Order: sequence, then structure tokens, then C-alpha cells
Amino acid sequence: MNQETFEQRARRNLIGWPSFKGRRTMLVAVVLLALFAFAAVFAEQIAAHDPHMISDESLRPPSAAHLFGTDDLGRDIFSGVVYGSRISLAIGVTVAVLSGLIGVLIGLTAGYAGGLVDDLLMRLTELFLIPPRFFLALVIAALFGSTFFTLIIVLSVTYWPTTARLVRAEVMSLKERSFVEAARAMGASPARILLRTILPNALPIIITNVVLMVGGVILVEAALEFIGLGDSNYISWGYMLHNGEHFIRDAWWVIFFPALAVSLLVLALNTVGDSLNRALDPKSRIANLDKPA
Amino acid sequence: MISILSRVSGWFLIRRLIQSLILILILILVNFLLIHLAPGDPVHLLAGQSGDEKYFEFIRAKFGLNQSLASQLWIYLTSVLRGDLGYSLGYKQSVFGVIIARIPATLLLTISAVLISSGAGVVLGVEAARRENSWTDRSINAFALAGYSVPSFSVGHLLLIVFALRLGLFPTQNLSSATQEVAGLAYGVDVLSHLVLPVTTLAIVYVAQIMRLTRTSMLNVLSENFVIAARAKGVSEGRVLYGHALRNALLPIVTVVGHDFGMLLSGAVLVETVFAWPGLGRLMLDALAMRDYPVLMGLFLMISVSVIVVNLIVDLTYSALDPRIRYGRISK
Repeated sequence: MNQETFEQRARRNLIGWPSFKGRRTMLVAVVLLALFAFAAVFAEQIAAHDPHMISDESLRPPSAAHLFGTDDLGRDIFSGVVYGSRISLAIGVTVAVLSGLIGVLIGLTAGYAGGLVDDLLMRLTELFLIPPRFFLALVIAALFGSTFFTLIIVLSVTYWPTTARLVRAEVMSLKERSFVEAARAMGASPARILLRTILPNALPIIITNVVLMVGGVILVEAALEFIGLGDSNYISWGYMLHNGEHFIRDAWWVIFFPALAVSLLVLALNTVGDSLNRALDPKSRIANLDKPA
Repeated sequence: MISILSRVSGWFLIRRLIQSLILILILILVNFLLIHLAPGDPVHLLAGQSGDEKYFEFIRAKFGLNQSLASQLWIYLTSVLRGDLGYSLGYKQSVFGVIIARIPATLLLTISAVLISSGAGVVLGVEAARRENSWTDRSINAFALAGYSVPSFSVGHLLLIVFALRLGLFPTQNLSSATQEVAGLAYGVDVLSHLVLPVTTLAIVYVAQIMRLTRTSMLNVLSENFVIAARAKGVSEGRVLYGHALRNALLPIVTVVGHDFGMLLSGAVLVETVFAWPGLGRLMLDALAMRDYPVLMGLFLMISVSVIVVNLIVDLTYSALDPRIRYGRISK
């Protein structure tokens, strides 16, 4: 604690990341993310088999022909993992962007308008935060059917409140700053102040939040599929875990590789989000990450 | 506890109580809307999928499904408030009864996990904060980040494969061995051996959160003047950390942990699935599989209400411990 001089601390805060070691972790995470993104985009080229294709090579352990082995129906697990990254990233990114947009809109409005508007919007936000996210998503998916589309809607509806609160707090502190006052004095309209002056300054925390959200969404989505509430038209990691659980005694590889994929992808996202967060604010505002599942 | 609660101001208590009641009413409304907005005949959601036409007629009459939406809402609201969450055809019992019977198992699991992970998480968090940016701090942080990233059911699967299937140290499923008819101490030992793996799974996941919160909270407190004053007085470092600083750092931790009660329950559901632990989570999955919608909706409502109640208790405790917020608005 005390070994660090003020100068060192100041420099550390300025650079945002304490040492080379830390930046190496970040680099590894970014490379991992790039790998998953690559797999998602070029799934057809990378996967050796169609992940849906059933064969009579049932429950084969990992081998040269099937890198990650096969499941009970003889489907190639490596191909499933590759195609699964497409589903996970598509849902994760879409939901994070959608709910990020809703959250930013509500947070900006509430924080800037203040008064009754703020009160109403925040009560609404709190209301959405009460039912645990996982259960709300579970019940809605159970009642409305769990297709790719409904999963995205359900998760977006459950995820926006966190962003809304964060953005509101940021706007409330930003709008008192002198550069905003200056813009106001120059006669800028509220819309211009919000979009041109406040939003760019709130952007770092919004981006951090969205990155962390992608990881959280991927976990919830995998959990929903794990308990059987997935879109059965696609092979996803959650589905593979759901199906593979029955063979846990004899064929560890059926659940091991999808589980590893979820964990690595979410870990990479959390590492990048966490580093961004620390770089922006060494006191770490988002100490409590989302661990919904 | 009573003496702590007596320090909560009456006005604050009343305001929070009314707030919680309003939230519960809104939640019932949400439940009602979900039942009516879902595709298909609402009677299936109120009666469950397995009923026959005669039973459906009975449910239609009971919930006034041919009356206006407003009167349907009134009927639904009053019956839920009376504690009537419907009847489960699958379990041949009232939904309320089915749910109550499962609560002890989930409580046993979650309370054990919270106790273990709070103890370990606070100590690890304090040690990480004490050596900020050291090798220890980094390792603890990395572990925490991993804990946030691995799905809880995968942690469960891993423990299950290693300690139950390979090493055979613990049973794989259920709360007790059904084959043995035992009571007393032997039963306790039996339950304990079933408890070890699910509790460890949940605790591993939860300790990550408490660790990270403690570290951040401690770092904030450690730069405050009273800590510098304590150090200057020559108070031992252990006392400064665990006596002076931790006491002040604990408040935000307690609040966040309390407010995340719902997250703990979500984790418990998934862990219960892996170990076939006969609690609320298992019940929820069975209800899902059997399309026993009354049980599913009842569980959703009861879990949400329990979250509201826990939030209320946390806020009241907080306001009793920290008089500054007694009259103000709670900021979560």
C-alpha cells in the first residue's frame, strides 16, 4: 500500500493499467475474443461437419477425426462449439446493444430532466430490477415460447435497467460541470447539450457497461438453454450442455468443451470490460459484475 | 436484532413498508398480465396443462374468465392476497403448499453457501486490498473474475465428475439416501454428505462476488483519514484492517449482497438442477417440464416477493447501522 509514491500512483492512474503484466492479460483476452468472433463468422469454413448431422459414431472420445469427440447422436462436438459461438455472440451482442440503447435513452432523459420525469422513470427502472433477471427471463420464455427472437426480446427487457441507472448517475454529475454550463450559456438546445456535450463524456462508462453486459447475457442465455428453454432449431452451447448432462458419467467431453467455450468467452469479455473499467476509473465503479447464472 | 430495529425511525419504516406493499401489488399485476398476454387460452396457465374440460370450466368460473378484464384482475388479486396461488394438478396439492414444502431444502443450501462464502470472501477481499496490485491481489482478482465467468452449473458438473463420480467421496444426487431408513445423527451425517458438493459449488460462485466487493469497499475506506489516524496512533495493522476499516467497509457489502438475493436464488436453481437437490429450483424445473403453470407462476411471484422482503430487511438494517441515511432516500 505504502510502497508506491504519489507520482507512481498518478502515472498508474493516468495510464490506467498498472503494469505490463496487466496489459498482457488484456491482450490475451482480446486475442481470445477475436478467435471466438472469427469462429462465429467463418463457422462454415472452420467446422469440419454440420453440427446437426447425426452419424452412428455415438459418444466417441476426442480423436483426430472428431477433435472434441461426438455426442449421443454422433454429432461432432467441435463443430457444435464453433457454430455455438455464433449463437452466443449474436444473442449477447444484440441484447447488449438493444438494452444499452434503451438504457441510455432512459438514463439520459431521467438524469437530464430531473424532477417528476426522473422520479417516474427511476421507479419504473426499480420495478424491472425486482424480479430476479433469470426467473423473469425463464417465466417469459416458458410462457411465450423460446425462439431465438423471443430470447433476444426477453433478455433485452430484463437488461436495460442497469444501464439506465448508470447513465442517469453519470448524466447527473456531468450536467453540473462547467463545460455543460458553457454550452448552455451559448444557447445550445437541450438535445444538442445531451447528444453533443454530455453523451460523449458518458460514452466510456456506457461502453464498459455494454461489454460487461455481453458476458452476462451469454451466461443467462446458456443457463436458459441448459434448463431446456432454448431454440431447438440451433445447436448452441447451452443446448449441448443440456443434452450432454445425461452422459456425464461416461462421456465427459460432451459437456466439457461447450462449458469451456462459455467460460472462456465470458472470461475474456469480463477481463476486457474490467480493464476498461479500471482504465477509466481506478476506483472501479462497477465492482459488482453481473453473475446471473 | 430487535434492539437494532428499534433504532429505525418510524417514519422511514412506514414509508419503506408502503413502498414494498405497492411493489408487491404491481408484481401481482405483472403476473396477471403475463398470464393474459401469453399466447393461448389463459385457462391453461391458470389450471395447468393436464386438466380436463370439466376442470377448465371450473377454473373459468373461479377466475371469472368470461367477465371483463378488470373484474378478472380483481378476482386474481384478491385470491392471491388470500394466499391462494391456485391448485397443482401435478402434485395434487395447493400451489402454496407445494412451494412451502420445498423452501427448507433451498434455505439449507443457500444459507450454508452464504455463510461460507461471506467468511472466505471477506478475508480474501481484505487481504487483496491490503496488498493492492501485489501478486496476491492479482491472483485473488483473477480467481474472482473466473468465478464471475464460469456458469454455476459447470462448476457443479466439474465437482460432480471429480469428487462424486471419479473419487466417489460424495453422493451425486438428492438430499439424503432414500435407500436407508435412518434418523437422528446418522441422518444428519447423511444429509451433510449430500450437502457438501452443492454448497461448495454455490459458495465458489458467490465468494467471487463478495471478494470483489470487499476489495473495492476496503480500498475506498483505507484512504480515509480515520485509517491514517489509527495507523499514526500505532494501532497494529491487523486491527486497523479488521477492526477499524472493515467495520466501515462492511456496510456497502451487506447492502449489495442483500440486494442481490435474487441472484443467489438463480444460482441455487441451477445448482439444484445439477445435484437433483429437492428445493425450489428443482420444483421450478419440474413444473416447467410438466407445464404445471400454476406452480411456475406461483414460484415466480413468491421468489419476487421474497426479494422485496429481503431488500426491505437490508434497508432497515442499513438505516439502523448508519444513522445518516435514516431520513434520506436509499441509494442502492
